[in-house]
Amino acid sequence: MNAEPAVGLKALHTKRGWLALGAAALVFVVLVPVLSLGFPASSPLHLPDYLIALLGKFLCYSIVALAIDLIWGFTGILSLGHGVFFALGGYAMGMYLMLSIGAQGVYKSALPDFMVFLDWKELPWFWKGFDNLSVALVAALVVPGLLAFAFGYFAFRSRIRGVYFSIITQALTYALMLLFFRNETGFGGNNGLTDFKSLYGYDLHQPSTKVALYVMSAVALLLTYLLCRYIVTSNAGRVLRAIRDAESRAMFVGFNPTNYKLFAWTLSAVLCGLAGALYVPQVGIINPSEMQPANSIEMGIWVAVGGRATLFGAILGAFLVNGMRSFFTAAMPNAWLYILGALFIAVTLFFPDGVAGALGRLKRKT
Amino acid sequence: MPPDPESTTEAPESGPIPAVEPAADAPTPKPTDKSGKRWSMRPRLIDPERRKQVVGGKSAILCVDNVSVSFDGFKAITDLTLILERGELRCLIGPNGAGKTTLMDIITGKTKPDSGTVFMPHDARDLTQLKEYEIAELGICRKFQRPTVFAGHTVYENMELALQGNKGVWNSLFFRLSADQKKNIEQILEQIGLHEHAATRAGQLAHGQKQWLEIGMLLAQNPKVLLVDEPIAGMTHQETERTAELLKSLAGERTVVVVEHDMEFVRSIAQKVTVLHEGKVLAEGSIDAVQANPRVIEVYLGEKRT
Repeated sequence: MNAEPAVGLKALHTKRGWLALGAAALVFVVLVPVLSLGFPASSPLHLPDYLIALLGKFLCYSIVALAIDLIWGFTGILSLGHGVFFALGGYAMGMYLMLSIGAQGVYKSALPDFMVFLDWKELPWFWKGFDNLSVALVAALVVPGLLAFAFGYFAFRSRIRGVYFSIITQALTYALMLLFFRNETGFGGNNGLTDFKSLYGYDLHQPSTKVALYVMSAVALLLTYLLCRYIVTSNAGRVLRAIRDAESRAMFVGFNPTNYKLFAWTLSAVLCGLAGALYVPQVGIINPSEMQPANSIEMGIWVAVGGRATLFGAILGAFLVNGMRSFFTAAMPNAWLYILGALFIAVTLFFPDGVAGALGRLKRKT
Repeated sequence: MPPDPESTTEAPESGPIPAVEPAADAPTPKPTDKSGKRWSMRPRLIDPERRKQVVGGKSAILCVDNVSVSFDGFKAITDLTLILERGELRCLIGPNGAGKTTLMDIITGKTKPDSGTVFMPHDARDLTQLKEYEIAELGICRKFQRPTVFAGHTVYENMELALQGNKGVWNSLFFRLSADQKKNIEQILEQIGLHEHAATRAGQLAHGQKQWLEIGMLLAQNPKVLLVDEPIAGMTHQETERTAELLKSLAGERTVVVVEHDMEFVRSIAQKVTVLHEGKVLAEGSIDAVQANPRVIEVYLGEKRT
């Protein structure tokens, strides 16, 4: 029996795995844009714009799902507050988009509309620099990362774990939501940031811009997947799983669990920030409701439904649950929350390892 | 200190060890100044003169010097001194509550003693001031009674995790086994008899095999001192024999300390036996000398035969 680990690209995937990944990448990065831009709206092959927007959203959600899988599926730490990191990334991008509206706003002022409305005379200090896209992008990654690092440092050092940790993350997202709801906080309060016109000079309402953002999301998802895959197949990934399964043993083998948890947790938050930054220009709005505790719980459900600790299950779950949400909120809007709850219960009872786990078992049987 | 952090939160002012419900007749806990000393005042380094004095002329690898610890007024260990020589195979025996496990806890940093030091003669650091993983890095490894291998990982992956030198996150991300390390893993797997099971998930191994794997993982860290807690508990006769062979083959290159109840097993492996009783060393010597010692007989065969 050969138990020696494979090295290099082979360590990430088998040949079949790479082929499947390549095929998926081809569909999402090449085929979808071609179908959207390459055919006139009258052609039956044309992909409608709303579908591009929908898929773009799902891709961003999938990045979040991967981030949650890394910290929950592989490290065993259930976060019910990842919405906060997603929203912070979104706000950083939103601030840039807000400032690039310039004087085209309702009040024809260089200041964002809500500031004029609040009778502010100049930009608050924390808005300075956000007229630069690279500053905004860096902030979209660094701000969630720093918040997660500080939060995780104290939580993990105090050995807070399990359900206690999950509850604190709920409190975190709730507290920040309340903070962002206030007008005085300086992020547009209740309404958040919206009415975006352009990104780096490109009109956000142009189909080509939308497709470009969609492609960026797809590429970002692909890279995120490869990064996560690399981590979980490395020794670090083994340590994360070891911490999940037997933390004290990992400690006695000489690994300091706090550092590993902090690493996975912070990286997870940074990835959520990236997803948020890609999400906001595609949906055209960011407001504090993204930080609702229920939102973060739903993110956990994506991963639970798709299957924990498989990575591809997380993506599957994000697409599946959000696809169902899009369908049911249109078909029977009042039933959606019940369906979501029933789905979660059904998965917990019948597929504890999610759709990916069920597929895996099916494959082994045949 | 009891390892449970919750019980330390409401420490009474009267003593260093919190008592949730102190019994009326329990001895008064030690005064606070002592616990203050434990954390802040005690030197992290041990004076070379003292080290020389404790070690004597022996080629010692690990010294436990005058260690005492009590829990809620119960003296688990009192002024215990133990010197382990390089390459020996030592058995620690004693009745329940004699302090064997507490002694292991102190050496590995799980329990902090009230007084006394633990040190390696070539090193001035006081081990009682170090964290558990720092002590593990110094080459003192412990095998627990219950096998706690990583059940979800294969035997080989378990070994790989154990073998990684620098345990930092960054290093883990880019860790690759070198040819030497691969050879090392092969060798250890051969030694512990799990060569054929390299790709088996550790959770699926038999009880005895898990114990061996855990010993193998400790070996991968190339320990100087190996502490083994009741290795044969729950093993079949055959597994017990193989374990005895394995432990004997390890001594010489490393120092092995075995805590065990089973006297037959102790007899089959031991070079030197230390008998603990009520937190003190009762006797020390060859198995025959110890078994003939009247005080040991008294402790083992009956409390007070008058």
